[in-house]
Amino acid sequence: MDAFIHQVLAGLATGGIYASLALALVMIYKATNHLNFAQGEMAMFSTYLAWTMVNAGMGYWPAFLLTVLLAFVLGVVIERVIIRPIENAPVLAVVVVFIGLLVIFNSVTGWIYTYTIKTFPSPFPKEPLFGQKYMSSHEIGAIGVTLVVVLLLYAFFRFTPLGLAMRAAAQNPESARLVGIRVGWMLALGWGLAAAIGGVGGMMVAPIVYLDPNMMGGVLLYAFAAALVGGIDNPGGAVFGGFLVGVLENVLGAFVIGNELKLAVALVLIIGVLVVRPSGFFGKVLVTRV
Amino acid sequence: MALLEASALHASYGQTRVLHGVSFAMEEGTITTLLGANGAGKTTTLRALCGMVRTEGEVRFNGARIDGRATEDIVRLGIAHVPDGRGTFLNLTTEENLRLGAYSRKDRGAVEEDLERVYGYFPRLKERHAQQAGTLSGGEQQMLAVSRGLMLRPKLMLLDEPSFGLSPLIVKELFGILRAVNERERVSLLVVEQNAAMALDLADHAYLIETGRVVLSGTADDIKRDDAVRRSYLGY
Repeated sequence: MDAFIHQVLAGLATGGIYASLALALVMIYKATNHLNFAQGEMAMFSTYLAWTMVNAGMGYWPAFLLTVLLAFVLGVVIERVIIRPIENAPVLAVVVVFIGLLVIFNSVTGWIYTYTIKTFPSPFPKEPLFGQKYMSSHEIGAIGVTLVVVLLLYAFFRFTPLGLAMRAAAQNPESARLVGIRVGWMLALGWGLAAAIGGVGGMMVAPIVYLDPNMMGGVLLYAFAAALVGGIDNPGGAVFGGFLVGVLENVLGAFVIGNELKLAVALVLIIGVLVVRPSGFFGKVLVTRV
Repeated sequence: MALLEASALHASYGQTRVLHGVSFAMEEGTITTLLGANGAGKTTTLRALCGMVRTEGEVRFNGARIDGRATEDIVRLGIAHVPDGRGTFLNLTTEENLRLGAYSRKDRGAVEEDLERVYGYFPRLKERHAQQAGTLSGGEQQMLAVSRGLMLRPKLMLLDEPSFGLSPLIVKELFGILRAVNERERVSLLVVEQNAAMALDLADHAYLIETGRVVLSGTADDIKRDDAVRRSYLGY
């Protein structure tokens, strides 16, 4: 029983990280109807930026904030420079561009930093919090950080005029223009936010999986599974999906299928959801009048 | 000086040319209507004014050229466009829809006051302020679209078939409110209508568009008395 509780809690911790990456995917999907395959690599690259800053002697939290900011700028620039010109391109062309971005980020990072695995610091204390033995401080901290991100995002979209404008632009671009919203900038902003959230996820996962250019391969698959399980257009669903996938992966890996087949859980979930319930648990089933 | 002046507007969708040199002008504070049958180019004319379709020709608002500018910049000059199909943000609440109307305004403080102002015109929207806009009836969505336009505090409002799909009773109510808005707030209105009788009762001036050209213009009363218009558009 003890081992089981331990696995569930550890699953929640990694689930939180999947949740933040899934959230980033959902944000871009909602705004542009595209799935950004390069989301994981962008997060990985941001994490390397953080590593550079920490190694240069910067404190963890200042480096964290600066990384989030830089990731945001990176997201905006990518949207403006690379995505904007292919706005009206067929979906396959867009997919190819995303995969290209993935490969470029991966190899540029490898070229700059080499493929040697590096350790990444955790901002949380070494000894477990609250005198319990189930979860490390980093795991609890990662969950906390994810929840804070989700709350901030919720507040932003729900209560600020800019958040409202972003929702409007995603939903009905033409009407949004007619009330004076600069729709193009809203998309860029969405990319920026998604990249920033991804960056946070990267910095939280790096102490667990270590830092190397391929660290996000598996994580991104779990994030896809999470986003699909929750419903690809539902941010709350993505977070729920993230925690669910994290727990399932851990529990099944430990007790049922063994660690080697863990990644298969994500793939089975993706296929299962697409076959049985393509809209996920909380996704909107689009009904059109004929 | 005319508030809005369009000269020799051409517009096309892909290869298909829809406007062949539409010219008209309207004075500040007036109600002008563009009449015409289905497919005559009325909606396209409104879209051309707002930079929503590729155009050639000249559009002046308060004397300054606005053709070729981005839609969102034109809106920020104080031109509210109540589009064909109402343009409702279906998943947002009624009140969020209204707040979006005021999005580009600088005076955020006056927005609350303006909410009450449009709720004064359309009490039904106040009752449904927290409801998803997609669940409103057609008439309510049209009221919402007009109200969203009013939230901009526009100088000029472009209305694309405000009567479309509404019951005669609601059309009457809506047109009454449009008249009130024009008289009380000095908002100039440019109304595109298929319902020529209603539009001519509301408007001061009218232009008749046929296949992308203005074929007749004058005061609403003159147009109402024109034999050809009476037979083809008023049906008596």
